[in-house]
Amino acid sequence: MPKKTPEINASSTADIAFLLLAFFLATTTMNVDSGLYRRLPPYQPDNTEAPKYAKRNILQILVNRDNQISINGDIADVSTLKDRTIEFILNPNNSEELPQKEIKTIELFGPVEVSKGIVSLKSDKGTSYEMYIAVQDQLTAAYNELRNMKSNEKWGKNFDQLTQEQQDAVKLVIPMQISEAEPTNIGGKK
Amino acid sequence: MAKFKKDGKKETPAISTASLPDIVFMLLFFFMVATTMREVSLMVSNAMPQATQTVKLEKKSLVSNIYIGKPTDAYQGAYGTEPRIQLNDRFATLQELGAFIAAEREARKEEDRNSITNNLKVDRNVTMGIVTDIKQELRKANSLRVNYGSVKKAK
Repeated sequence: MPKKTPEINASSTADIAFLLLAFFLATTTMNVDSGLYRRLPPYQPDNTEAPKYAKRNILQILVNRDNQISINGDIADVSTLKDRTIEFILNPNNSEELPQKEIKTIELFGPVEVSKGIVSLKSDKGTSYEMYIAVQDQLTAAYNELRNMKSNEKWGKNFDQLTQEQQDAVKLVIPMQISEAEPTNIGGKK
Repeated sequence: MAKFKKDGKKETPAISTASLPDIVFMLLFFFMVATTMREVSLMVSNAMPQATQTVKLEKKSLVSNIYIGKPTDAYQGAYGTEPRIQLNDRFATLQELGAFIAAEREARKEEDRNSITNNLKVDRNVTMGIVTDIKQELRKANSLRVNYGSVKKAK
């Protein structure tokens, strides 16, 4: 009778596995990148002229190098920016001062009023990035709220619960029109 | 009379640890799959600003990272304290950005080349000048999808 090979002691596999586990635990970074998504406009050579818009269709936001904000010429606080933007796009009383609306036919919605409003954002080279993000954040918040409003009106759901098709339609009804002007360099700082 | 016979000392059997390796291996595989190793070592300070409306970046393979910030202490001697751009594992100038974008494009599959998102990981203390220059370069390179990296702020 052949001699039986003795069984290999497997009690140490647990230790080995623990060791590997500890290594992966230590090296894991679970944080997912997050941020504010934007699409830049295509590059245009310097000599092309900027398109002209009626004054009422533009919400002008300036941020200077001391991180102060002005909205249409009045100094304002960042926290008011969201409500100003929402009012600007909605134009609830069809005021002469606020943007025009045009009737567009959009799939799933039929003919709807789409605001012609454009947010124009101009910063200085000395503006801090933190301030810039705070402004962008407020603008995003405003547009998100508008889209949620539209979605609730139509389907009774929030924007992010809609199907892709519905989301695309809402995006057409409330287009995110943020135009960024070239920054000025008044401060002389880099 | 019936007697209930008691066995004197009955030892509780030892709990089998035979399945312990299996459990640990299961955990191990979970972490192996969920792990993303940090592929570059940061040479610039990178405290990102906070925002409430952040969205998660999906499809990691289609993201290319651009870091901007003050060089960390170890590099300040050689590179100063002005904000700098870091691409992969080295400092870069603005002029090199175009080549970087082209290289990032080249590294992706052909059908994905137009959906690369540039993740701008900018330190919150940086001023807009350098950020705008980079945005301008990205526009020139026709790589228009941009994510302003920021951390979710609790409301």
